Amino acid sequence: MSGALERPASCGELFGVFTRLALQGFGGVLPVAQRELVERQRWLTNEQFLEMLALGQVLPGPNVVNLALMVGQHFLGVRGALAAMAGMLCVPMITVLVLAAIAAQGQRHPAVAGALRGMGVVSAGLVIATAVRLALPLKRSPLSPIGAATIVAITLLTVGVLRWPLAAVVVGLGGVGFAGAAWRLRAHAARSATHPKEPGDG
Amino acid sequence: MDEAAIFMRHLLAGSGALGPAEWAALFGHFLMLSLLAVGGAITTAPDMQRFIVGERQWLTEAQFSASVALAQAAPGPNVLFVAVVGFNVGGLSGVLATMVGTLLPSTLLTLRASRWNARHAQAWPVRALHAGLAPVTIGLLLATGWILFEPLAADWRSGVLVAGTIALMLRTKLSALWPIGGGAIAGALGWIG
Repeated sequence: MSGALERPASCGELFGVFTRLALQGFGGVLPVAQRELVERQRWLTNEQFLEMLALGQVLPGPNVVNLALMVGQHFLGVRGALAAMAGMLCVPMITVLVLAAIAAQGQRHPAVAGALRGMGVVSAGLVIATAVRLALPLKRSPLSPIGAATIVAITLLTVGVLRWPLAAVVVGLGGVGFAGAAWRLRAHAARSATHPKEPGDG
Repeated sequence: MDEAAIFMRHLLAGSGALGPAEWAALFGHFLMLSLLAVGGAITTAPDMQRFIVGERQWLTEAQFSASVALAQAAPGPNVLFVAVVGFNVGGLSGVLATMVGTLLPSTLLTLRASRWNARHAQAWPVRALHAGLAPVTIGLLLATGWILFEPLAADWRSGVLVAGTIALMLRTKLSALWPIGGGAIAGALGWIG
């Protein structure tokens, strides 16, 4: 449909494309990843990209690194996966560590300490804005908007204010959310299944 | 010791406050956080702060917030805040411990899972997991925002800066670099905290 797809010829090319992609990502690499991999390199269709992204988001760990691993593995196996991950991380990590070393040297200077405080406050705003943007699709959550909002509120309270360990909250509340969503999705599937068997389900 | 030697030691191992048991605890905690990072690395920031600032006192609240802020100001995936936290705790050895800990379990899991076709993302257990974890992810992002803001919450000007940043990001298509630059200037002028 969308014309022939290209593919990376080598691990070096994977490394290079992911480095370029990561270096364009200020405050989030995801939008850049879509543009580079789907539109510019034409390595993936938009559908393939969204499928990999969905899986990368369900798996634990950094989402865009998971995405890089899957794209690399898709074309060149485990070696490709590691090349894509290295491209995503190496040069940006050197950049940020040089900045951190400079900041650590300058921290006694009140202007540097003040600038870092100001940037920290802005970071809080950036993360909250991301949360708000991601919260909009919760209106269509299988958990119902009220159920989902309750889980959001309990997570914020227990992790942010009461400072409970993350493991207990993710396993406990995530488990409740999974069970609730599974129950609602199954009930919905049973109601809307006019044909007795869904091929490929299960 | 001359200054260059002190600098090199600091670069490799940080302040040198960590013994073998502490290094093992640091690495082990990040291995665990890797598997708990639902919806991205930044969602583990509250627990990381609880462990590193609250429990172990390897960094102050301000140093932790500055680490996250620096990583957001630089290009690249936001998991790199882990590298900056690691660097501030234990120099380049700290980077190694925190980044390998954060990446190893999730990488092994992802390599296994993607061999098992990405099309399975439509199967009901995967959809239920996605739907069930989505509100937890959002709660964790809000908690991250709260722990970054809380130390400076008493100053009304930081409230204005947070609200302004949120409005700018939700209402406009401006790059995050603009509010970060604005926050850096406001802070350098002594307006924040």
